[in-house]
Amino acid sequence: MFEDWLDKYDYLIELGNELPEISDQFKTDEYLINGCQSKVWLNAEYKDGKVYYQADSDAIIVKGIAALLVKTLNGETPDDIINTELHFIDKIGLKQNLSPTRSNGLLAMVKKMKLFAIAYKAKN
Amino acid sequence: MTKNSNLSIDLKKIRQDFPILNEKVYGKPLVYLDNGATTQKPKQVIETVDNIYRQKNSSIHRGIHYLSDQMTEAYEEARDTVREFINADSTTEIIFTHGTTSSINAVAFSFGEKYISEGDEIIVSEMEHHANIVPWQMLCKRKHAHLKVIPFDDKGELDLSEYKKLINEKTRIVAVTQASNSLGTINPVKEIIDIAHAKDIPVLVDGAQIIQHGNVDVKALDCDFFTFSGHKVFGPTGVGVLYGKEKYLEEIPPYQGGGDMVDCVTFKKTTYNELPYKFEAGTTNYPGAIGLAEALKYVKNIGIEHIIEHEHALQQYTTKKLEEIDGVRIYGNADNKICVFSFLIENVHPYDAGMVLDKLGIAVRTGTHCTQPVMEHFNIDGTIRASMVFYNTFEETDMLVEGIHRIKKMFAN
Repeated sequence: MFEDWLDKYDYLIELGNELPEISDQFKTDEYLINGCQSKVWLNAEYKDGKVYYQADSDAIIVKGIAALLVKTLNGETPDDIINTELHFIDKIGLKQNLSPTRSNGLLAMVKKMKLFAIAYKAKN
Repeated sequence: MTKNSNLSIDLKKIRQDFPILNEKVYGKPLVYLDNGATTQKPKQVIETVDNIYRQKNSSIHRGIHYLSDQMTEAYEEARDTVREFINADSTTEIIFTHGTTSSINAVAFSFGEKYISEGDEIIVSEMEHHANIVPWQMLCKRKHAHLKVIPFDDKGELDLSEYKKLINEKTRIVAVTQASNSLGTINPVKEIIDIAHAKDIPVLVDGAQIIQHGNVDVKALDCDFFTFSGHKVFGPTGVGVLYGKEKYLEEIPPYQGGGDMVDCVTFKKTTYNELPYKFEAGTTNYPGAIGLAEALKYVKNIGIEHIIEHEHALQQYTTKKLEEIDGVRIYGNADNKICVFSFLIENVHPYDAGMVLDKLGIAVRTGTHCTQPVMEHFNIDGTIRASMVFYNTFEETDMLVEGIHRIKKMFAN
């Protein structure tokens, strides 16, 4: 059982390492989602009706989960992002990482991803 | 220092008393190293509380019937068990609260109402838990008083020469922890108290992290207030103790009003009940208090001296084992420590380490441990903390060490 988890974490570490570096200009307090346990930085850009995210974290497994979220929502329309439910997090056994009591910044990250989408929808 | 030290503590038998220690998590035997956050409960405590709700439950101090009389008697006996455990003079000095946090808040409010005014100073230390910082800050804000802080050095020991400089004619109270939850340091509280008393300044001792590890004697310490939580000493959660010297408890006003804490209520004037009831408004957590007393009896039965002996050996062994691992740094290296180890693994975020240890069945805590100023001192975001008590074993240290080696391998790039 632990070996399964080890594989899962190894995969998340890999995803985290592969996540394109967020530009330094976005690695500031303005873009910081401060969890009590780990930090997450998030930025979004709007291009041709679709939203593209950049994220980073100081904890590598958290960064891996952030990468999963970015991969899933990148290139979607604001409407799709606003309406999406991230059931897959639950299905792959990572739900506890999005619990408000974990305070690792991930739950707030999901909220902020949607807020970016709402903002872009309102602007366009 | 060796694994085979001749201990007068029967760990196998003791661990049988704690049902949860025989549980499995993710199919692995639980290695519970998060005792600084809360301790597990022996069956004697669980059964006591269970039995109250099954056979004895009734509101205390109010009843005219059999059950209420019995419950009241058990509750007051629990108070006496606590008194004896911390060696207080009288049960009038033992107040049941919700825990350390509510005990400190009570003193900060009530003592503050009576004794703190504009420009006064309150001294705490840099290694306090947030529960022994924030209530005093709130008081300072209310009364326009000032908070002064005793610093600690990089070993994690308080700088008493700085403390002596901070104390002056404006100081009204000193509030320090006897043992640090994040550094493990056992502070020389007796010395701190003597220095304050030389200037007639009272001292509150936060005992949340010492009560489960060592000898507590409020009379020998001569502290003016002492606080601890039930759940950190193998008792139920939601109950705690505030010890206060009678002279202070008589003088300071109650911090909560309600039933049971009053003598006579009219719309013109209310007079308060006598000690300790003046500070116990509303229906108290009497099953918790009785469960706590059972926990204290359990600890006493094992023998504090045996607990100290075992934990000392465990502390020496674990320190040595952790120091042997390349890239591990322990934060808090005081000469006198409880069995608490805050550490970091080079190039590994503590949250990542905690997540992997969790899947190995090892429960630790990661983060700032409600002591953000301690983290700031070392300029770090947090640590991994393994905190052990008398039921922990040398083998569990070995499993932690093995886990750290796995983590190092996983994150090695």
